[in-house]
Amino acid sequence: MKPAKFHYIRPLTLTDALKHLQGTDAQIIAGGQSLVPMMNFRMAQPETLVDITKIAELKGIHEEDDVIRFGALVTHTEVLQSKLIESQFPVIGEAIAQVAHIAIRNRGTIGGSVAHADPSAEWPLLVTLLDARIEILRSDGERAIVSPKSFFIGPLVTDLGEGDILTAIHLPKIKGAVGMAFEEVAQRAGDFAVVSVGAIIRMDKEAITEVRIAIGGANDTAYRSVEAEAFLLGKTPSSVLLEEAAKKAIDGLRPDDDIHASAAYRLHLIPKIVQRVLHKALLRVAAKDQHYAS
Amino acid sequence: MQVEICVTVNGESCIEHIEPRLLLSDFLRENLGLTGTHVGCEHGVCGACTVKVDGSVARSCLMFAVQVDGSTIETVESLGSVKSLGYIQKVFQKHHALQCGFCTPGVLLTVEEMLDQLPLETDEEIRDALSGNLCRCTGYEHIVRAVRELVDARGPIKE
Repeated sequence: MKPAKFHYIRPLTLTDALKHLQGTDAQIIAGGQSLVPMMNFRMAQPETLVDITKIAELKGIHEEDDVIRFGALVTHTEVLQSKLIESQFPVIGEAIAQVAHIAIRNRGTIGGSVAHADPSAEWPLLVTLLDARIEILRSDGERAIVSPKSFFIGPLVTDLGEGDILTAIHLPKIKGAVGMAFEEVAQRAGDFAVVSVGAIIRMDKEAITEVRIAIGGANDTAYRSVEAEAFLLGKTPSSVLLEEAAKKAIDGLRPDDDIHASAAYRLHLIPKIVQRVLHKALLRVAAKDQHYAS
Repeated sequence: MQVEICVTVNGESCIEHIEPRLLLSDFLRENLGLTGTHVGCEHGVCGACTVKVDGSVARSCLMFAVQVDGSTIETVESLGSVKSLGYIQKVFQKHHALQCGFCTPGVLLTVEEMLDQLPLETDEEIRDALSGNLCRCTGYEHIVRAVRELVDARGPIKE
């Protein structure tokens, strides 16, 4: 339970970090909340650890005209304490409050969680649901902005190449009244989700004009349920409609059995959670949108 | 290969030479003799090794000592001593909120931060906030009672 030997470097600039990541079997460490357990078990044995936590430009949540920019080093706790996020994206707080425990949320970062790409983790689901953009500094010094669809390739596999650094997450702002909701089922508080679901709904009068549903813990990456979204679009919500949409939500899913749950159990849970999350999101649109409420 | 770190632990600054792979938990226990920080699972699950790093709780088994170069650390020893228990420790003693005591250092430091930041209006919230600290004696009931008294004495937190 002790890690293997490694060299440790803590650069102060991205340029320096890129330099140290080249040529050696180097690994980036930020919060270390996924990497250090793997090192303690010796599942990961990097030759060099490049600690990026002192690089100033990777810090902070910044509001720009159309996006909110999260530096890669923003911790889960910083997100939970942000008034800006609480007011504009309450669904983020709802999800991130379920990431592990206080001590881990204090250290773990958004960049680390997205780069780690655990298919049942909260950030990859949120990034997929909110159609955020992932900002990468490539090893050759080029900047790239990547969509969730092309970033998340498989379980723990991403578009990040050797020596690349995930530098920020850009969250497009949502204009007008929408309802957002998130729920997950885990075996214990703070555990990885067996399944998780997030949804966003926009209404015009009686009809659903925009809907997004993202499901975690079922496929290799967080899944946007395009089937259920297309089914709901333009329709008037009712409990029968939500139930049918929830059934459609599992169309594109191919979960595996693992130590946490069987595939059958996941497919049993997901429609129920989808239905609950859609219902909650609808109530929240109604609360925001007087026209719909009346 | 040894590297030099300078770190302030419980108010005293020290310079030590360590290997980069040395876990913060082992550094505190073995290099500084602060054995109040307990080592349970060594992969961030049990919470026994919880310490404060620059004012916020962290798992010391999920950090390398080299990462806290320039930082301030507080361990359970900062809360009080055997002869002079701190306030949280006294309330834990009153409610018998420990059995074997293995999880207690991590629980105490987590409770200190919870009291500072969370509303903790219900016992369910207390249990949720403490869910990252495992008590193998399963003595949770008394821990929750102690925290309830601490919360009631504290009053609502300032926003």
